[in-house]
Order: sequence, then C-alpha cells, then structure tokens
Amino acid sequence: MEIKTVRDLAELQTKEGLRFVAGHRMCAGCGISTILRTVLSASKKPVIVVNATGCLEVVSTIYPYTAWNTPWLHVTFVNAASSASGVETAYRALKKRGVIKEEVNIVAIGGDGGTYDIGIQALSGALERWHNFLYICYNNEGYMNTGHQRSGATPFGASTTTQPAGKISIGKVQWRKDLVKIVAGHNIPYVAQSNVYNTMDMFKKAQKAFETLGPKFLNILMPCTTNWGFSENLTMRISRLATETNYWPLFEIENGVLTVNYKPKERKPIEEFLKLQGRFKHLFTPENRHVIEEMQKRIDEDFDNLLKLEKATHELGIRI
Amino acid sequence: MSVNIKSKKIPLTGAEAVAEAMRQIKPDVVAAYPITPQTPIVEIFSKYAADGLVETEVVTPESEHSAISIVTAASAAGARAMSASASQGLALMVEVLPATSGLRLPVVMAIANRALSAPINIHCDHSDMMAVRDLGWIQIFSENAQEAYDNMFLAVRLSEHPDVLLPSMVGLDGFIISHGVEIVEIYDDELMHNFVGERKPNLTLFDFENPITIGPLQLTDFYFETKRQEQEAMKNALKIYLEIGKELSKITGKDYPYFESYKLEDAEYAIAVMGSTAGTAKDAVDELREEGYKVGLFKPKLFRPFPYDDVREALKNLKGIGVLDRAYSFGAYAPLYTDIRNALYDLDKRIPIQSYIYGLGGRDIFKHQIKNVFMELIEGKYTKEEKCIGLRE
Repeated sequence: MEIKTVRDLAELQTKEGLRFVAGHRMCAGCGISTILRTVLSASKKPVIVVNATGCLEVVSTIYPYTAWNTPWLHVTFVNAASSASGVETAYRALKKRGVIKEEVNIVAIGGDGGTYDIGIQALSGALERWHNFLYICYNNEGYMNTGHQRSGATPFGASTTTQPAGKISIGKVQWRKDLVKIVAGHNIPYVAQSNVYNTMDMFKKAQKAFETLGPKFLNILMPCTTNWGFSENLTMRISRLATETNYWPLFEIENGVLTVNYKPKERKPIEEFLKLQGRFKHLFTPENRHVIEEMQKRIDEDFDNLLKLEKATHELGIRI
Repeated sequence: MSVNIKSKKIPLTGAEAVAEAMRQIKPDVVAAYPITPQTPIVEIFSKYAADGLVETEVVTPESEHSAISIVTAASAAGARAMSASASQGLALMVEVLPATSGLRLPVVMAIANRALSAPINIHCDHSDMMAVRDLGWIQIFSENAQEAYDNMFLAVRLSEHPDVLLPSMVGLDGFIISHGVEIVEIYDDELMHNFVGERKPNLTLFDFENPITIGPLQLTDFYFETKRQEQEAMKNALKIYLEIGKELSKITGKDYPYFESYKLEDAEYAIAVMGSTAGTAKDAVDELREEGYKVGLFKPKLFRPFPYDDVREALKNLKGIGVLDRAYSFGAYAPLYTDIRNALYDLDKRIPIQSYIYGLGGRDIFKHQIKNVFMELIEGKYTKEEKCIGLRE
C-alpha cells in the first residue's frame, strides 16, 4: 500500500507489526520511539539494527527485557557505524556462500554524542567504504543519557552541565557542527535532515533511503524533555517550532542535489523556540539579549544559504 | 616429523605463514588496519583476495578501533571473522576487546608483538599483549613461524568451540618472527580447512523469526553472572585446548601442549621464556648440558587461560627458576613471573625464583646472556627485585 497520510502509516504498522515495541523505559515525552517506529516501518525488507551506546540502547534493552522485535546489536559507544559495517560485510559474505537467502536492510542508530562526536571517525570510515546501510542520528543536542553534557551538536547559547550559563558565561559559545554537510562531503547518495514532529517527512525520507543502494544518512532532531527543560506534552510543539523558526530546516541531498522540504511563509522568531526551554532561560535577560540577536542573525543567514544551495543545485547544475 | 605426506616445506616469513593459515581457514570477513610489523599479514591476505584465492570479504577500515568493531559485529552476525594488529593498534582496540569476549564472539587475531609507545618503537616486545591479558581473550604465544601457523588453526577451533566461544589472539614476535624467513611446513589446503570446518554459530543476527538482542544493558542484577560464565568458558578452554591439539597432531604429527618442556625432566635449573627467545634459550641449554649442567627450558605457549596446575607439576622438582619477561607490569612483578610464582605457591617447598626483564623495544638478547642467567641461578644469586638483561645501567 502507498503511504500518503499518518493514518495510512498507522494502518501499515498495525498490519505489519512494529519492529520496536512497548516495554522500553524512555522518559515520558521522549521522541525516540516515534522516530524508530516511523523509520523502521519504511523498510519493506527485514531490518537489523546496530545501536551505539546512549539513551536508546540503555532504555530499550535492560536485561532480561528487550523492546526490539527485530535483530539488534550493540557493541560500544564509538562504533555504531563500524559495527554496522561489520554486519553488512558479514551479510555479503554469508549471502555469497548461500548461508543467507533473504534481502535485508541494515540500520545504525546513534545519538548526537555517538554520531557528531565520539563516533564520527567510524561514521566517516563507513561512509567512505560505501557500506550499504542507513545511519540514523537521533539528535537531542547533547549527552542526554548522562545528564545533559555539551556535545558538538549543542546549540550556541544553550546551558549544559559541562558548559553551564553563569555569571560570566552564556553557556555554549560555539556554533553547532554542521554534520549533514560533513556527511554530504563523502558524496553519498542520500543525506537528509528531518524532525520528529513531522512523521510523514521522516517516513518518506526513510523510504527513499531504504530504496537507495550505498550509505545513507538521516539526521533527526528530537527535543529532550528532561534536559532541554520543558514539560512532556511539549515535545512535538517544540520540535515543530524548531522547523518553523528555521532553526532546524527540513531538507535532503540526493546525489548532490539539495531540496528544502519546508519553507515557512513567514518564519517565526527564534524566541518562540527558545522561551519554552530551560536550557535557554538565561538568555532572556537584558545583558544576554545580544546572544539571541546573534542566534537569529546566524539562523537567517544559514537558511538563506540553504535556499541558495537549493537553487544552485537545481538550476545551475552545481553538485554538493 | 609429519605423519601426513600432504605437506610442503617452504621458506616463509612469519607474516606469510600466518596469511597462509588464514587463506586455508577461509574466514568470511577480514578487517585489519596496517601497523608495523603486522602490515605484511594484511597486505598478503589482501593480495590473496585480489587474486581470487580466497572468497573472504576484506574490509580496509580507517583505524584499528573500526577493524575490531567490524570483526566483532561480523562475528555477531554469524560470520567467521579475523583481524591482525600490533602495539598501538592493539591498544586502540582496547575499548572493544572486552566487548568481543563479553559477547562471546570467536574472533581470531594475529598479533605481531611490538613495544608500546612512548618512546615510540617499532620493534618486538610483549607489552602489547600483556597489556590486554585480562580482557577475556585467549592468548597463545609462538616461538617461530611454524608455531604461528599452527596456532592460528588451534585458535579458530578453540574460539569457536561451543563450550568456549571466546576470542583468541596469536602472538608472534614482531620482526623476529613476522619478518624472519624460516622453513615452514604447510599442510594440505583441504586437510587444514576441514580441520577448522565451517563456523556453526548457535545464534546469529540473521534470524528474523526469532530476533535476538545482542549486547544489552546488564546492571547490578545480571552482569556478575555473565562475567562468571566468561570465567567458566576460560576454564573450559584450558581443557579443550589439549583436545583440539590432539586432533591437530593427527595432521601434523606434532604435539600441542600448554607449554614446551625442553630438557626439563631431569633439570635442576630452568628458564621460563615465551616467544622467539625460547629458540635461543634452547641453544644455551644444549651448550650448558654439554658442560654438564642439568638445565632446561620451560616455554609457555598458552598464556591465557594460564594452566597453573600443570605449570606447578612441570616445575616442582627444580632447584631454581629464572623467568624472562619481555614486558614490565609497571609497579608490580612482571606478568609471566607473577603467574609462575603464583603457580608455585601451592608447593610445600619454596623454589628460588628470579625475575628477569629482557628485550624491551627489540633489544637483542644473546645466548651468552641466557647462559649467564643459568649461571646466576646455579650460583644462587637471587634477589627480590627483577634483574634486567642487556640493559645499560
């Protein structure tokens, strides 16, 4: 069946069964299971999941319980991408020998800690070696599993436990790493950015990824109720605001051609996204006003640049 | 002294002999990162793959950390997976090594033993494998290229045995064995492949009817039991090592004991040493024997698990023992010395035992120096401190 709406997706999941099921111990309001159920149901083939250490691994596999209804492997924090490389290589070897007959999809999943930071070398190596797998980063912009320490994905101005706001500190002073651009630099066939509130966007991107041969990468923003500091019922609202403010644009790069999937008619000011979160609370003082202004300026510049890249790749034949 | 006529004796380096063993074993997956002096192993094996001599999927990762991750995951997926490394490379793998053993995955890896930095040094000592001796990997040391070749087959069978399921590393002294050319007896391809057979994993990632979760979180309530099982598996490995060795003997005509006892039976004084120096020590023993000294050599091969009872039994009648370690355990007794001294604790009588450190960073060790060790043992020159052989004071 063709999946056009969230209702179709729900029907598909009911019919086919879920690869990630109840019984995990995620925080109320966490978006990981929404990401997993959506992305994994986009695979028509059986899926093997390789997971980096992080929130997901910890909450879904507390022995002797597991929330995984599909084969799953965790080795360490650093090596989701290299472990997925190993599974994919074993798959090719065993298929060649006739030990395995069926077609499968291999998915590696890590948080931003396991992807932007400690696992980036393994990720880069796996992309360069062209393993046929999909890497999903569930990006909650910090080391949330261990209590909100700063990561390379943590945004400018956020207060974290290792780079806290204080009398002489605004929190993080650096801009976050542009991982999608780094991944795109490997010239892989499919790289995309998505956001947990937009189920159909995630699903379609996962579908495209699963239909593409070679390495694929999805960077999915996922607000963390516990450490971003908001009540559980606001996850999807904050997620949506991230895109409506252009803080987290939805876009994809297919064979070097960039498409922005959502362009707000009128982008909302960044304050609307910031003001709901404890990690930015310190910015709403007269002396830190300049931080928000700087943030707004950079977000607008970055989005403008994204639109230019879209134009350049679609109209001028330039490839990213 | 092979009982099997299907073999050939050819000049090979240790690296070539290991690659040859890997060709005959036919692993599904090999992932290794080049590092001196291991590099020729991965180069030769890659050429085998390039020439279609093996069907193995060879992965060329960007680091040793990824190399060990790839073979660990491939093994979890049900493949026979092998790697090779040395020194800093093995050190970079350290994060994953206890995961490989903790997940009970029978990965086999050749280690061209090399000194650890700093100072950076590319030559042989055993500090790399000694640094990882408590991580749940079976460790077998080789005296020469022939032993390195034979040990690879033992390691695969031992690791994949259902009562063991632990990874193994086979040590061969960097440069001295890895690059030195010797006459090596290579046995028939089919015979050797049949000896290891195909891997038959009890669980794999490719079972979609009964999907399994490999590598879950175990907290205070289960972790301890899992680790206890790992220790039991090591104890099983001790028993099964000898059984598999007997099977291999049927092909090669050689014995595969825990350790080699060279002229030890009536010896009064013995040196214990692992790796290539054992060869030099045998010459020293021969010469001293000719001079009328009752001396012998004790050469451990299987270092983890360590066969304490058999070691004690083999050494119990000696009047003095010198243990030569090619690594420090900084701030503590040297590794091999510690284990042998521990093994002797249960004896009623106390045998004088002296620790020697030798050959760090590839420092040469000569026959006359080993003979000198024997003379010190005979003359009763024992101290509580370790002595260094060939060190400029």
